[in-house]
Parts: sequence; structure tokens; C-alpha cells
Amino acid sequence: MRLHRLIAIIRKETLQIRRDFPSLLITVAMPLLLMLAFGYGVRFDVQHIPVYVYDREGSQQSQDFLKHFQASEYFRLIKAVDNYPALIEALDSGACRLAIVIPIDFSERLSAGGPVAVQALVDATDNNTANISLSYSEAVAQTYNQRLHLDWIQRHGLNTIQSPLSVDTRTWFNENLESSANIVPGVIAIIMAVIGSFLTSLTIAREWERGTMEQLVSTPITPLELMVGKLVPYFVIGLLDTVLCTALAILWFEVPFRGQWTVLLLSCTLFLVVVLSLGYLISVLAKSQLAASQAALIVTFLPAFLLSGFLYPIDQMPAAIQVITHLIPARYFMTILRDVFLKGTSIPFLASDLLALALFAAILTILATRAFHKKLT
Amino acid sequence: MTDHDTIPVLAHGLVKRFGDFVAVDRINLEARTGEVVGFLGPNGSGKSTTIRMLCGLLRPSAGQALVAGFDVAREPEQVRRRIGYMSQKFSLYNDLRVIENIRFFAGMYDVPASLLNERTQWVLDMAGLAGRESTITGTLPGGWKQRLALGCAVLHRPSILFLDEPTSGVDPISRRRFWELIHAMADEGVTVLVTTHYMDEAEYCNRLVLIFQGRIVAAGSPTELKQQAMTGELLLIECDQLGLALDVLQQVPGARDVALFGNALHVVVPDGQTSIPRLRDALSAHGVAVSRIEPIRASLEDVFVSLTARLSDRRT
Repeated sequence: MRLHRLIAIIRKETLQIRRDFPSLLITVAMPLLLMLAFGYGVRFDVQHIPVYVYDREGSQQSQDFLKHFQASEYFRLIKAVDNYPALIEALDSGACRLAIVIPIDFSERLSAGGPVAVQALVDATDNNTANISLSYSEAVAQTYNQRLHLDWIQRHGLNTIQSPLSVDTRTWFNENLESSANIVPGVIAIIMAVIGSFLTSLTIAREWERGTMEQLVSTPITPLELMVGKLVPYFVIGLLDTVLCTALAILWFEVPFRGQWTVLLLSCTLFLVVVLSLGYLISVLAKSQLAASQAALIVTFLPAFLLSGFLYPIDQMPAAIQVITHLIPARYFMTILRDVFLKGTSIPFLASDLLALALFAAILTILATRAFHKKLT
Repeated sequence: MTDHDTIPVLAHGLVKRFGDFVAVDRINLEARTGEVVGFLGPNGSGKSTTIRMLCGLLRPSAGQALVAGFDVAREPEQVRRRIGYMSQKFSLYNDLRVIENIRFFAGMYDVPASLLNERTQWVLDMAGLAGRESTITGTLPGGWKQRLALGCAVLHRPSILFLDEPTSGVDPISRRRFWELIHAMADEGVTVLVTTHYMDEAEYCNRLVLIFQGRIVAAGSPTELKQQAMTGELLLIECDQLGLALDVLQQVPGARDVALFGNALHVVVPDGQTSIPRLRDALSAHGVAVSRIEPIRASLEDVFVSLTARLSDRRT
């Protein structure tokens, strides 16, 4: 490997990136955009579910029960209506996700000792929110029941007893159960996968499309020099983007960072080498910028998004899919990022994930250098 | 630099097939030190393919080629270090400045740092680009681009230069200037292999190789070719109704290779003395007014028309 040639390619590639506005935009704006979009957009916390009520009784007791809904931060009582059709319409139009109907004999039946059923209609188009709405509704009913029991016991002059069993919970690593603490470190992996593979997927294909490759391969350049020279600028960009995203995560989204910087840097370096060589390999094979960029998104972004554990925990996936996730480099990086940020895990515990990344990096760099031939077809 | 006793370019039985299509068919070729060899032929005749094989960019399907003494198929890297190549399509970086392109290719050819400034200046002077160093390459006029491309191909002072249609789409003055550059380099001992389909340019070459449908159909110096190929006499005919005249002449027995040259016709006949009256009669019989008929010296274009016409007849 000749230093002269390497430096010449690095310099040329850097100049071209600097003069290509779309590339610059992608390197700077896309990380910011994705960070904000995912940081704010992806939330699994369900709060303030809009609720309509139809209180057919309108008694003091029924209103008292509804206050329990109102008090919960999970629900927001939007409107009380006085007929069924209005309720149906609200669900149809999406004005509410949950509709509560209180029967006409609510207080009467309660004083008789029940049973009484309050109807809850749920918009289950989003099954996740629907599930949460239902369990929160049940929790509200449960609390109300307990209060009724307590009242009954006191009215009959009996001693109250403590519930013998309780669960004393403490949440670790993400104490406030914030979605962002889980999502934001993962976004860094997604951004690096996209930046790394998308931009590099264009580099070789562009030279073929513009005809510059013919001159380039007529020089004594070696495939290794070409690859390293072309990837170094993108590697630097990738690292800068990582720093940018990490800063955003810590300072803006207030995600705790408990691990070591060296672990973060090491894993980022490995993952960057993986995605950069993958993008380069795609570029060598595709020979057209359009095909290459699309292939790069399909091969890196989608798996990193869906199969890395970013959105869904891998151990909850079907067994066959779980096996496939082992082939997704982002999976290992995702684990490392979350552990480094939230748990502060040190290298020994991350060894297997780091090793997997290193293995992918080695295989892909070798493939990428081998795939390029200094021949025209 | 190659030894004086190695022949810079030597090809034997070179073949390139793309599937069933034979692009280059058993070509033998030789270029000596300091020679400017012109590769002449219509588009698609296999000129570029041959050059690309000689540069080690395409693997020959059969045959052998030695460039600077190295086998192009087995040691392409050794070949690449010793040659300069300018491809048919402009292939420098349009988004880089002139100086940045020069520095890039100087890096590619591993020009030592101690020589970098000198070589850069040399290329700028040669290409007439001094003062234009920071122009974005894409905004240069065609002729300037070609000179820059040539400059970038010779930064490492190669002893052999392959130029694939270096002057296509370039204005006549720039073309002349370009050829002056080529000859200046040849005078310094650089062997130049150049393809063109401009017949006037062929006159600049020491030796010509005419290639048609992948085969070499004639070779020699421009003068030799003219003597060799033109069996018969070439006549110039000036008349009106050129299109009609062309049709008429093609029907006259003995007349062949009728072709339009500017606002006159060229025709080859076995013997001028007897043919001139016959042609004149045939033309006037069809109402064509002839202002001049006379024997002229053949140009390379006539040679080329003559040769390719004969070959096309034979093959169809």
C-alpha cells in the first residue's frame, strides 16, 4: 500500500464530498433529523388516552367513579355524551380511543352488593394502545373496588387489615421507565447504519456511471488502496456523526451515560467498518448509484430497524426470526449501545458482542477488497 | 523507461469476444520506440477494445500482447505503471479543480514529492492551462479538457501512451495543437498508439493500421497505404445534382468507390484516359451538368472508403 496513493484518494474523496451538497446534507442533517424524529416520535409510553363517557345514570356515585378516570394520567376525559350514537361516532372518527358507558342502575346495584358491569369500548386499531387502555381501565375499577370494600368494612365496624402481600418494585437502569432512554441509544445505531452504507454505496457506482473509473483503473492503484482511501473520509464523518448523536442523546434527551467512552468508541469503530465495507461491497457489485443506494437501504437500514432489537425485543420474536437476527450486525451494536449508555457495562461482559462485530468487520472488508477488479466489462 | 531492445507494443493473434460477438479478430500489431501509430476505423470496428486490452483493462479472449515487455494478461500492473492511457470518454473528475485533478493522478502514479511541483508545472505549461489551476474542470472547454486529460496521463512520464479518440468533439485548432503535443512527446522517444476516425488526423501518424469489423485490413505509412490500396486512378468530379450523379456513376461499369467529398464526387476507375469521356457522357445523358473531371492524388479518406467498400461487398 503506497501512502502517496492513499493520501491522494482520501483527499480527492474529501473534496468531492465537500462539493456535493446532497452528500453534505445527508451527513449533517440526517442524523439530526433521525435523532429528533425517533427521540420524540417513537414512544411506547401511553398517556392521556382520549376518553368519552356516557353516564346513563348521572348519579353522585357514578360521577365519583368517573373521577377516578379523570385523576389518572393515562386518561383524559374529553366529553360526556348522552346517547349511544354520539359515542359510536366519536370512536369512528377517532375523537376518542376509549368509551365508557355507565349503566342506568349503577349505584342501585352497587349498594345491593353488585354485580355491576361498566362497559368499556376500545378502538383496537392500535392493539398496543388498546391493550394498555384496557389494563389501565381495569386498574381503575380495581382501585374503586378496593375503596368500596374498605367503606363496607368500616361501616360494619370491622378492623381493617393490611394486605399481606405486596410487590416492592425498583426499576434499574432506566429508573423513570422512559422510552427515550431505550430508543435514543438505538437511534445512533440506525443513523450509523444508514450514513455508513448509504453514502459509501454511491462511491464506486458513481465512478462507473460518470466514466471516471476507466481512467482510475488504468493507473497502478490497488483495490485495497482504493477501498481504504475511499472509506477513510466516510469513517471520519461517521465518527463525527456518532459524537453529534451521543451529545444530543446525553444533553438533549437526557439519556444517562454510565459506561466507558472507550467502549463506545471501540464498538462504534467496529460497527462503522462493518457498514462502510458493506456499502462499498454493494457499490462494487451494483455499478449503478440508484440500485446501490436502494440495496444499501434494504440490506442495512431495514434489518437495523426491525431485526436488531431496536423496536421489538429479540427474545420476544419467533424462534426462526431470532436465529436470523444473529446475522444482523446492528443487533450486536444495539446491545452494546444500550448497555454502555444505561447499564455502564464494561468490556468483559460485552466481549461476545464486540467479537461478533469484529468478525463481521473482518469478513466484509475482505469481501469488499476481493470483489473489486480492475477490469472493464 | 523500457530497454532500447524491447519493442514497446507487440501483439500477436489478439482476440476479444463478447459472447458470440467477435469484437477483435486475431490482430497482430507492433509499435516501435518513438513511433506514432494511428488506429483507424469506423465506430464499432474494435479500436477501443484493442487499446483497452493493451492497457490491461480487458482480458484478451485469445492471443498475446506484450506492452513494455510485459504480458498484459498476466502482469497488468507492470504494464499500467509504464503506460499513460486516455480513454475515449472524458474521464477526469469534473467536480475537481484543474490542479486537484493533476495532484490526484500524480498521487495515483506515485510521482515522488521532489518531482511533484516540476511535473505539475510541466503539465500545466504543456496543456496551456497555466493560470487556470483553480478552474473547476467541468467548466473547461472541450479542447482544454482533452489537453488536461493528456497531461494527467503523462504525469509519470510513461514511455508508452495509448490515446483513444483523444480529439473527438474538439475544434480544429485545438486538434492541431493536440497533435503537436503528441509529436513533441514522440520526439522524446514516447511510443504513441492513437485511435481516430478523423482521416485528416491520420496524416499526422508515422504508421497507420486500418481496422474494420475487428480485423486489420491494411497497415503502413500514409504514403504506402495510398499506393497500396488505390489500384486504379482517382477522379474528382464537380457537377450539379450530386445525389443523382452519385446514383448514375455507381451504374457505370468499371467505376467504383463512388463517394461524396464536400461539393464534389470521388470515383475510382481503372484508367483515367478512357474513363473520363465515358463518365462525362453517362452524366450528361441523365441531365447532370459537369463542370470539371480530373485525376487527383488520393487522400487517406479515399483509401479508407475504397478498402472498407471492398470488404463490405465481400462480406455481404
